[in-house]
This record gives sequence, structure tokens and C-alpha cells, in this order.
Amino acid sequence: MGNTAVLVLVVVTALGFDFTNGFHDTGNAMATSIATGALGPRVAVALSGVLNLVGAFLSLSVAATIASGLVDTHVVTLTVVFAGLAGGITWNLLTWFLGIPSSSSHALIGGVIGSTIAAAGGSGVLWHGLFSKVIIPAGLSPVIACLVATIGTYLVYRISQNVTAGARNRGFRIGQIGSASLVSLAHGTNDAQKTMGVITLALIANGTLGANANAPFWVILSCALAISLGTYMGGWRVIRTLGKGLVEIEAPQGMAAESSSAAVILLSSHFGYSLSTTHVATGSILGTGLGKKGATVRWNVAGRMATAWVFTLPSAGLVGAGGYALAHAIGGTGGVIVDLIILIAVAGTIYLKSRKTAVSHKNVNSEWTGSVAPAEPEPVAA
Amino acid sequence: MNSWIDLTALWQIVVVGLLAGAGLPALFAVGLRLLNSPARGAQAATASGSGTVTESDHVYGGNQTGLVGAVLCFAIVLAAIGWGIYLIVAST
Repeated sequence: MGNTAVLVLVVVTALGFDFTNGFHDTGNAMATSIATGALGPRVAVALSGVLNLVGAFLSLSVAATIASGLVDTHVVTLTVVFAGLAGGITWNLLTWFLGIPSSSSHALIGGVIGSTIAAAGGSGVLWHGLFSKVIIPAGLSPVIACLVATIGTYLVYRISQNVTAGARNRGFRIGQIGSASLVSLAHGTNDAQKTMGVITLALIANGTLGANANAPFWVILSCALAISLGTYMGGWRVIRTLGKGLVEIEAPQGMAAESSSAAVILLSSHFGYSLSTTHVATGSILGTGLGKKGATVRWNVAGRMATAWVFTLPSAGLVGAGGYALAHAIGGTGGVIVDLIILIAVAGTIYLKSRKTAVSHKNVNSEWTGSVAPAEPEPVAA
Repeated sequence: MNSWIDLTALWQIVVVGLLAGAGLPALFAVGLRLLNSPARGAQAATASGSGTVTESDHVYGGNQTGLVGAVLCFAIVLAAIGWGIYLIVAST
């Protein structure tokens, strides 16, 4: 019943997804610290990468959710998991190219659900689980994070209004480093687990593991490494949108936003909610713009994000369903390989297109001129 | 009990989230303000002395009582973070 070749492809693709998850989400933790100059861009991504690695080992309560709570594990085959991952990766790369901080978790879940529907019809999806564990938390979490960050920002400015400007900036930058580190840690505990859950799901589908098994150690280790490497690569496009595009951020706001994100993510992790760290971080940054008098919030940027969020599940789902249909039509290992080739071609195309308007650690903080691509081109590296 | 929304978890996330996510940065701000408060008697000197802008950029304002209070605030913030991480690790 097992198919080792396909299993290996699935595991490698899952780690690839984990990698995109890392670089797509670096901004959640580090965008504000980079924007205020609390941390140099490269130091920030390195710190975030290490903390993601540590975080991945901290808690394992979310991993089980994805593996067992959303789809009927009996109908899930390796091809279903593979097609789902392809959907998630495609959406992650596309939104990264557009500089939109959309949820990697939703991309993954959408992809897996799409391929499950293509394979087994709507009955293969546990709709109640999907709504109560994914969609409803997705709607609530940014609102909660926004509320917490708004109040935090208001309090912080109120309390520190007599502190001299220089001292305030310096003090809160230190605070920002601490709070951003916590968000990175929280991201590791939350997001690395999702890939662990998917690989576990694949192992279960292949019959390697029993139906209610936990993630084996090599899965935990490889996922932790993949996400931290991805984080270290730095998704500069998304970092730029979050740090410069949504709200112009000062150090006290940055700290308030990150504290709110860290608290909400870690608490939800504690309760086993697999919410999107991206939604929380974006909600917090928005809140910090609302909590400070006179701060500009670019609602058109926020609107673009919200639109992308709504489309994440169905779009990744469509790619996942298409991927499954194609692989199934061709059949067997060959079908999965054809899918993989298409996926690599799509990823390569997006990467090449991104080089034309490259955003890197050098120009990530350039003035926001209405688009992800900075007005001045990136200095050509030797 | 609502089967769609875990209300128990929800209100706990909101309340604890407010305490930790907004309360701790506020406490940090209190600490910074105490740390930055000028030494007794220095107020008049700063007011009369002109052009000591660079001097006022120092985070530590020179007030010893303020320093003690600030250390206490920062210690509480750090302890709360440590406790939070401990809870996460212990829950596995």
C-alpha cells in the first residue's frame, strides 16, 4: 500500500512549503523592528530564524489539529497531500510577489481541502471543523489583535508622553527587540507545527504511521530547520508592505504591535487554536495606527490585504483541486512528478519576475510610494 | 456551550491578551518614564540651562528612586514573559 517514491516527493514538497512559510512570514515578527531601525535588516532576519527554530520545539498542540480535525484522514492519499501542498506553495509565492502578507496557514489548509474535495467530494471535508477551527478564528483573531494593539499603543504613548524623544526611541527600540523576538518564537511554535501536521498526515496516509500518531522527531527537526532557513532568507517584499506600507511606524508603536501579536498568538497556541500569525500581526499593526493620534493608516493597503485573505482559501483550494485532478488523470507516481514539474516551473517564473522589481535588505525601508517596488531600483550587487 | 466558537477560550484570549499584550508594554512605558525622570533639583537646572538637548537624550534621567522603580517594572515584564513561555512549554 505504501509508495515510498511519492512519499519522499511529498515530504520534500512539504518542507518546500515550510520554507515559503518562513520567508513569507518573516515580516510578521520583524517588519516593525526593521522599519523603526531597532534592528538592522540582516540581523533581524537572522535573529528571527534562530527563534523560529527554537519555537518549533516548544509546543506541539497545533500539529494535531491539521492532521485530524479538518479532513477525513481515511480519504486522504499521498497525491491529495501533494496537490494540497502545491496549492499552498503557489498561493504563498504569488502573494509574496505582490507583497501581500496573506496567511500561509490558510494557503496550506485551502490547498489540502481543495485536493480532498477533488479526490473524495465535499464529504471528505470536516466542514464543522473547518469553520470552528479555521474560518471563525481567522475572522476573530485580527480583530482581537487590533483591539489589544490599539489599547496598548494608546497607553504607551499616554504614559511616556513626558519622556524625552531620544530616550523614548532608544528605550522602546530595546523593548521592540524583545517583543519581536517573542513573535518569532510564537511563529515557530505555531507555523512549523502546521507542516509537521501535514507530513504526519502523509505518513498516516501512506500507512507508515497509525491514524492518531504524533509527529516523529525527524519530522519536527526537519520542519524546524526548513522554516528557520526560510525566515532567514527574509521575505523583503512582505516586510516592506507591513513595515512601511500599512502604517508609518515609530518604536513605541512597534513594541505595542509586537507585544499584542505575541500575546494573542501564544495564547491561541496554548488553547490549540491554529490561527494565522499573519492575520494577527497585520491586525496588530493596524491597531497601532489607530491607537496613536495623527498616525496615517493606509486603508487601501489594508483593503488589498483583506481581499487577498478572503481569496486565500478558495484560490489555494482551486490550485490544489486542479493539481489533484491532473495527477489523478495521469495516474501513479508519474502524475505526481508532472505536478511537481509544473510547480517548479511556476515557482521559477514568479522568482524571475520578482527579480525585475527586487526588494532586498538594502531598499526595504525606502519611502512608500504606493507600491511594493521601491521608486529607486535596488543597488546592483556585485 | 457553542460548538462553533469556543467562547471560554475566546474570552480568556481577549482578557489575558489585553493584560499581557497591552498591559506589559504599558508597564514597560512606566518603567521607561521612571528611569527617565530627572534627578531631584535637576529640573530647575535643565529649565534655566540652555541648549542641553543632547543631555536629555540619555535614557537614565538621574533619579535614583526612579531607577529602582524602573528596575522593578522591567523585572515584572521579564518575569511575566518567562512565565508565559514556561506555560507554553509545560502544556505540551
